[in-house]
Amino acid sequence: MKVMLIDDSKTMRTIQRNILLQLGYKEIEEACDGQDALSKVSAFAPELLLVDWNMPNMDGITFVKNYRANGGKSPIVMVTTEAEKTRVIEAIQAGVNNYVVKPFTPESLAQRIHETLSRVKAA
Amino acid sequence: MDSQSVAAFVTSTNQVFTTMLSLQVSAGKPYSGCAVPRFENDVSGIIGLSGDVQGMVVLSFPTTTARNAIRAFTGMDMEPSSPDFADAIGELVNMISGAAKAKFEGRTISISCPSVVLGRGHRVTQPSDAFCITIPFDCPAGEFSLEVAMKLAKSDAVPSSNSTARAV
Repeated sequence: MKVMLIDDSKTMRTIQRNILLQLGYKEIEEACDGQDALSKVSAFAPELLLVDWNMPNMDGITFVKNYRANGGKSPIVMVTTEAEKTRVIEAIQAGVNNYVVKPFTPESLAQRIHETLSRVKAA
Repeated sequence: MDSQSVAAFVTSTNQVFTTMLSLQVSAGKPYSGCAVPRFENDVSGIIGLSGDVQGMVVLSFPTTTARNAIRAFTGMDMEPSSPDFADAIGELVNMISGAAKAKFEGRTISISCPSVVLGRGHRVTQPSDAFCITIPFDCPAGEFSLEVAMKLAKSDAVPSSNSTARAV
């Protein structure tokens, strides 16, 4: 499965990459903000996207809206420090499928990924 | 700054260090004022707050503590000159600020992208009209501190304090 990691922090991308590798996901593309992700998403065609919210140039929520508006249908998990209910609702309305609040454990991220993929498969 | 606000930052720091670094931290007694370091600040991660609450959050370390904390966070030993070192510090203060702001129910607060300052014995000057508090922490990686400067943008604003940090 192809997974795209979108986060401006290289540290956070590396942590998430390592968790994904442990889960058996080997095809991983990284982007450092929404703009970078938009430029890579067509060529890479991810089957799952992990997206941060607060990023320079283009934030995660703007990316999600753009991605969905352009016909992107792959599941999106938002991985962010934004924990308020209003933010979660805003993200879901923009087209996010699931939500992980930082800080997270490898187990909680893995659980949300499995949950998201299971829901999409069942739909 | 009320005790709930301080507790929000203590709790969020605990959460981040326990969850992401597997380090238990203990908070010391908070004190007013931000430019009164108990140890040399060599590395600081800075986040700006805007919206209903305005101010700054500054996570400061001596170099040794910062290196130990980053090793626990990333599994790698990094030189302070490495861009990845600053990135990791920025992500720590980002997570602490994000987790804390979620505890201010009913207030809309935005956080900036983090900035990181490196320099032996530096101080970060906080806004002069904000109430400022320093929370000292200790953990197996060493001592560090979290400075929080806040003012409310609404009519119930916290009065500014005489002990607010000054430029150094």
